Amino acid sequence: MRVSRAIVLPLMFLLFLHLIVLVAGFVTPYNAATQFREDPFAPPSRVHFFDVNGRFHLRPFVYDWTSGVEFAKYVEDRNRAFPIRFFVTGNAYSVAGLFRWNLHLFGVDEPAHLFLLGSDGYGRDQFSRFLFGGQISLFAGLLAAFLSLSLGLLLGAAAGYHGGALDAALMRTTEIFAALPWLYLLLALRAVLPLGFDPAPTFLLIIAVIGIVGWSRPARLVRGIVLSAKEHNYVLAARGFGATELYLLRRHVLPQTRGVVLTQATILIPQYILAEVTLSFLGLGVAEPMASWGNMLSALQQYSILTSYWWMIVPGFLLVPIFLSYYILARSFESRVESSSY
Amino acid sequence: MRFLLHRAAQGAFVLIAISIVGFLLLHIAPGEFFSEIRLNPQIAPATVDALRVQYGLDRSLPAQYGLWLRSALRGDFGFSFAYNRPVSSLLWPRVRNTLLLNTVALTAAWLFALVLGAWAAAHPKGWADRLSAVLTSTMLVVPDLMFALALLMVAVRTRRFPAGGMLGLEAAEHSLWSQAQDFSEHLFLPVLTIVLGVFPILYRHVRSSLAEALASPFVQAARGYGLGRNQILFRQAFPAAANPLISLFGLSFGLLLSASLLVEVVFSWPGLGPMLLESILARDVYVIVGVVLLSAVLVIIGNLFADVLLYWNDPRIRAEWQ
Repeated sequence: MRVSRAIVLPLMFLLFLHLIVLVAGFVTPYNAATQFREDPFAPPSRVHFFDVNGRFHLRPFVYDWTSGVEFAKYVEDRNRAFPIRFFVTGNAYSVAGLFRWNLHLFGVDEPAHLFLLGSDGYGRDQFSRFLFGGQISLFAGLLAAFLSLSLGLLLGAAAGYHGGALDAALMRTTEIFAALPWLYLLLALRAVLPLGFDPAPTFLLIIAVIGIVGWSRPARLVRGIVLSAKEHNYVLAARGFGATELYLLRRHVLPQTRGVVLTQATILIPQYILAEVTLSFLGLGVAEPMASWGNMLSALQQYSILTSYWWMIVPGFLLVPIFLSYYILARSFESRVESSSY
Repeated sequence: MRFLLHRAAQGAFVLIAISIVGFLLLHIAPGEFFSEIRLNPQIAPATVDALRVQYGLDRSLPAQYGLWLRSALRGDFGFSFAYNRPVSSLLWPRVRNTLLLNTVALTAAWLFALVLGAWAAAHPKGWADRLSAVLTSTMLVVPDLMFALALLMVAVRTRRFPAGGMLGLEAAEHSLWSQAQDFSEHLFLPVLTIVLGVFPILYRHVRSSLAEALASPFVQAARGYGLGRNQILFRQAFPAAANPLISLFGLSFGLLLSASLLVEVVFSWPGLGPMLLESILARDVYVIVGVVLLSAVLVIIGNLFADVLLYWNDPRIRAEWQ
């Protein structure tokens, strides 16, 4: 399979991002729930190379934020520099739930803290929370898209291959799903789940809800392809030679849907990441103290936070490159499907 | 006519199906409005039971659905536990506000999309075409939520625009003119957010279907006959390119409603979105069903409207159904 040049960069970026997020515990200086109560809403740490006397240091350093009498107003304490150290020991974390470790890529000595993206209202490091949140949000997007596509593939293929009453019933069902604006549908399905609950099962249920929202479009597309594919001469010939139905589906019919499934995946994954972000932003998604990209933004519903602490909005804009990458992939796959169907 | 009746019947079927499925699912859902009251030691369990009987929650599911259907036919659409009022009386002002926001946004988004799309299609690879390609791609990859938050941030920081709500606090005391001014100031940012989210999708479709029509043989022929550019664009290309755009117009109701739910929450616009959120948190079941059904009604109306336009624009559909 030839890979067009346009998708190399976004693909590399996404792979890199997933890798980083997977080993978030190592890359981040703190854990998602580590609180520094004395440092709420600390602005991003300024990384210095020149000290107060103007001397250059090869090893970058930060100053500690000291707060005055006013809440969350900080100045740098220039009396003592804290060099950024690499491969330091800190909070224990687990990598992909497999083994525990306490080595971090970088960090600074106490009492200073390294807040690359500032800290939130509980004094938690936003950078660390962003990467740990990626574990939730990216995973939610991938898993929900997988669920949607499996459902779509299964039901679409069944409808297209069998036809008859099954086809009619499934297509009516997709009409019901299509009649609701997707966000209303998402919230309506969310309403079925319990509100306050254990975070872990809720997270899985939310993935299920998000996945169910979008199955109808892939199902319709797959159905269309299966409908035309099963009438191809070579399929009819294979059937004439006594091939079983299962063999025909696996060997001849389903491979035809690969392009559509791939394209739908690149469309659905970012949409589902956004669905998790939206749900958690509205307070119906992943619950604290777990970090997710959505619940990092939910604090912004308060005007005072939105206006006073600009760095709180930054995680939202960090999502743009991710969506851009998926967008480029989707465009590329789309044009490939179109050109191959003629 | 038969075409429209057919479509309307389909819509009605979908609505009934949604109401039944919604009822079923929300019945399965754990917790109800009264489960929180039960935890209150000052309210006797007997009182809660009496309340449940009063609202018909002790009956079987089909009986409850029957009760709801009766009240829907009466125009009440059930009873809100939280507000102790018929659901419809809660929803009407909310629908009006959502529709106000969305009609303005819909008109603006389509206007921009049609004008800019036509311009870009008529001058392919021109500077406007290239610029809009870059701009629309950017708009597509920035989530609506971030547009809303960023604009709200600007609004609150510059104090140029009100930071949410629909009318200022003392609006009722002012003259009609200044009320209208106040209202449009409140309207501006939410509309801008929705337009930023929906415009790129509309623009791309307008541009591509117009470009396709402009490249087709009959337009080339018209050009050969020496017809003017505007005449070709408006008399020849537009009607030919209209069908997919009309379908998209129907679909754009749903797109818009989704975008506006978030925008309403962020800008505290008193529409359907915040109401849905509130009712989910309170487990106010009939309000949830009501809002969800209404959103479907709006989408179905949008699609019906698109069907009327299609019927009017495309002689093939007319011939097929006569």
